[in-house]
Amino acid sequence: MNWSKKSTAFNSQYQHKKPGLAFFHIDATLLALLVLLSIIGLMILYSAGQGDNALLVRQLTRLGVAFAAMVIIAQIPPYTLRRLSPILFILGVGLLLGVLFFGDMGKGAQRWLNLGFFKFQPSELLKLATPMMVAWYLSDHHLPPKLKHVVFAMIFIIIPTLLIAKQPDLGTSILIASSGIAVLFLAGVSWRIIITVMVMLAALAPALWSVMKDYQRQRVLTFLNPESDPLGAGYHIIQSKIAIGSGGTSGKGWMNGSQTQLDFLPESSTDFIFAVFSEEFGLIGCIGLLSIYVLIFLRSIYISIQAQDTYSRLLAGSLAATFFVYLFVNVGMVTGILPVVGVPLPLISYGGTSMVTLLIGFGILMSIHTHRKLLSS
Amino acid sequence: MKAKFKIKDSLQENRTFLSRAVTLLFFVIVLFAILLSRLAYLQIETHKKYTALSLNNRVKLSVLPPVRGLIYDNNGVVLAQNNPSYTLELIPEQIDNIEKTLEALSKIIPVNEKDIERFNRKRLHSKRFSSIPLRSRLNESEVALFAVNRHLFPGVEVHARLLRHYPFPEITSHIVGYVGAINEKDLKKIDLVNYRETRFIGKTGIERSYEDRLHGTVGYQQTENTAQGRSIKLLDKIPPITGQDLTLNLDIKLQRIAYDALGDHTGSVVGIDTANGAIKVFVSKPGFNSNLFVRGISQKDYSALQKASNKPLFDRSLRGQYPPGSTLKPFLGLAGLEAKVISKNQKKFCPGYYQLPKQKHKYRDWKKTGHGATNIHDAIVQSCDVYFYKLAHALEIDKMHDFLQLFGFGLTTGIDLLGEKKGLLPSQQWKKDKYGTSWYPGETLIAGIGQGFNLTTPLQLAHATSILANKGIAHKPSIVSKIEGNIVRDNIEPTTNLSLNNPNNWGIIIAAMQDVIEGLRGTARRIKSKDYSIAGKTGTAQVFGIKQEEKYDEDTVAQHLKDHALFIAFAPVDKPQLAIAVIVENGGHGGSVAAPIARAIFDEYFESL
Repeated sequence: MNWSKKSTAFNSQYQHKKPGLAFFHIDATLLALLVLLSIIGLMILYSAGQGDNALLVRQLTRLGVAFAAMVIIAQIPPYTLRRLSPILFILGVGLLLGVLFFGDMGKGAQRWLNLGFFKFQPSELLKLATPMMVAWYLSDHHLPPKLKHVVFAMIFIIIPTLLIAKQPDLGTSILIASSGIAVLFLAGVSWRIIITVMVMLAALAPALWSVMKDYQRQRVLTFLNPESDPLGAGYHIIQSKIAIGSGGTSGKGWMNGSQTQLDFLPESSTDFIFAVFSEEFGLIGCIGLLSIYVLIFLRSIYISIQAQDTYSRLLAGSLAATFFVYLFVNVGMVTGILPVVGVPLPLISYGGTSMVTLLIGFGILMSIHTHRKLLSS
Repeated sequence: MKAKFKIKDSLQENRTFLSRAVTLLFFVIVLFAILLSRLAYLQIETHKKYTALSLNNRVKLSVLPPVRGLIYDNNGVVLAQNNPSYTLELIPEQIDNIEKTLEALSKIIPVNEKDIERFNRKRLHSKRFSSIPLRSRLNESEVALFAVNRHLFPGVEVHARLLRHYPFPEITSHIVGYVGAINEKDLKKIDLVNYRETRFIGKTGIERSYEDRLHGTVGYQQTENTAQGRSIKLLDKIPPITGQDLTLNLDIKLQRIAYDALGDHTGSVVGIDTANGAIKVFVSKPGFNSNLFVRGISQKDYSALQKASNKPLFDRSLRGQYPPGSTLKPFLGLAGLEAKVISKNQKKFCPGYYQLPKQKHKYRDWKKTGHGATNIHDAIVQSCDVYFYKLAHALEIDKMHDFLQLFGFGLTTGIDLLGEKKGLLPSQQWKKDKYGTSWYPGETLIAGIGQGFNLTTPLQLAHATSILANKGIAHKPSIVSKIEGNIVRDNIEPTTNLSLNNPNNWGIIIAAMQDVIEGLRGTARRIKSKDYSIAGKTGTAQVFGIKQEEKYDEDTVAQHLKDHALFIAFAPVDKPQLAIAVIVENGGHGGSVAAPIARAIFDEYFESL
């Protein structure tokens, strides 16, 4: 197998010359941007929580855990990750099936696996395991992938996507599907296949509609016409648009957003936290915030281009793309151009599990970047 | 070789990846541009719209209804006031489970099906976060019970709303009137802005006639509210302006005496201060409990009031139209004297009946044996019908009409109450217009004793009496004397200023009227007082059915066919102060039934002076 050869090459040398962050396999640029984003996130959360210190402390704890996880993962060399890929994927799918049969019901959706001492969402594992699996599978073959390999890769993507959509967690399943598709795309799947699949998906849309749960359909209908149900499902999106729109160019000021502070904006500290930011900091603030996200994306893409093997490249590129999809779906739904699917704003929305997963993803990126052999530079 | 191939392959893959990464970057740039343009659209293009919506969310405009003005009698006794009434109210948006809350509430405070039904109906038509009444008129113990359990019911509150209350509901039911819930008809008449939160409107009496004074002006309050409807701070407030207080000329003590003096009879008493037209007494009996209407009268109670044969809802003083009977005689006597068809000492023979020339029909006197030779004085004192048949025949209907009109007969008095009836003063023209037939001389005779077509309201009679008492000078009757403490006199000059060709004629009639009470043969001699002099005239009106367009039950017909007893009077004779008209429906004789009522009022009036 040729991958073993590659791995020995990776094994041989590390970049030791510069002491400091790089020594700990940390990418300083990425870390700075992520910390900056987290600080902004805590500030918005403080406002969204209307000055609730306890909320802030809990979020800070989670951030600590997530950043620690990132640092730990960054120490693992990419070839180890690569070897772990199929195992993690199979474990993840197994756990998903476990959720199906033994999962806790929360908000009418089956997502959590109660392991006794803590609750765990297998879908979070698959957010990483799926692109890892596809990257592992494709990097094992000649690229661009042949149709046979594309079909297999698609199966690896579809299995977790469907299992998670069935929980139902549309947001996560969209993210997982995009992470897998991103790998395929970056691997160079021919445009002909891409277009064919898109046409097929469009044809499948009615079938998808019939599989969706009532509340998911309602979300789509509400997205198409939020004013049809101003007090029910459309309330979220209407209030969110009011918050953003009334923010104007420069915003109402920190802690001064009436939509947020007077509780008109629902889910203000979780999925709709971007509306809080928009209301209080206006368009100027939004451009600034989105720019940080784009910078993180650019740095990630840069890392992927700099990566030395196909697996790393594909995985890093997918992580970068997924990060942007995260942002786009969240801001898109908060501003009313996408249906409400329950995707948090990365690093800013209140909530633990997805943040840990996200930073582990950046840990992987850092690992890829910092474990390059001297030869490349 | 293999390795070489491998490297080449890797470069190829690298190139493919790079081109795809660039494509990805391109997509990202496009999507980023979409997000930015969306944000720009929301925050710049439609910023104003969303700012307005945000303000609308945040700022709650509450309407503050004004407190209705109070009504006092002449001595400052409250006749209409506002009492707090406790209402259990719910704000549905602040309650998680309304069904459960209602169920739990009904265990503490009795709430019946109808209350819930009404609540649900109101809920459909209310704005978000408005407080919707579930049950009204909680008693003290219910209020206390709820207060103790209040923490169990977020979104439920007991509100004290002001409810109109009439301390003298029965005796002032017509004159003060009542307020009731605003209905469709009212909505067309009122200023909807000013009545935004007002629930009651004057329906009858002063409450209706002075609605615009009593109501006041609505106020507003802008508060910053949370999504849960909780007010955080006051942004702006325009306080409501309380309605104006009214002071009436009415004297509740006299009113009470008049009402009681009517006893079990139905009827009306109106007393006017001759000096200024101030209404001192304005009774229509039977009255009713006007407070019932404020609380929302039940269908059963309402139809009972409507169908009662003695028609308690009917304001007899203002709208009851009765044949004046013999109470018209002093005025006709004056007409005769002025027209010189009679003179002071000229006597007419009364054989007990009168026949028109060339006619067989006998117009009978109430005294079958006749009064013999009678002058105007005796004709009034003894109420000789034949004398007045002759007088009327000589005077003719149109002259009677023209003269009586000077005393306000057939015209509204212009009292400050809505819905006044003007009675009926017949003339040849009137009959032609109404029936298309010519006037018969016999009808003139009947009119000469106040029967036939003649109809007057008790108010008209009292007003006419006051004109007579003051020898032609009188003021328009008025019920409200002060608005917010300021005296209302839109006309200090008398509204009636009658001068006779021969002013001595006043004295002739007044002297005769004095002898109705003080003369040995006066028809009302039983009410003679030692302390003051009274002039008056009794009347007995034959009943042909009151013009009220309702049918009576058969078993009451006998009672109904009895004559109405009437009495008009003023006192003291020399310097008149109070003019009174009394009508006792189906009471029989004026002298025995109606006159004592007037005496009771005079007694109280002069005693209290």
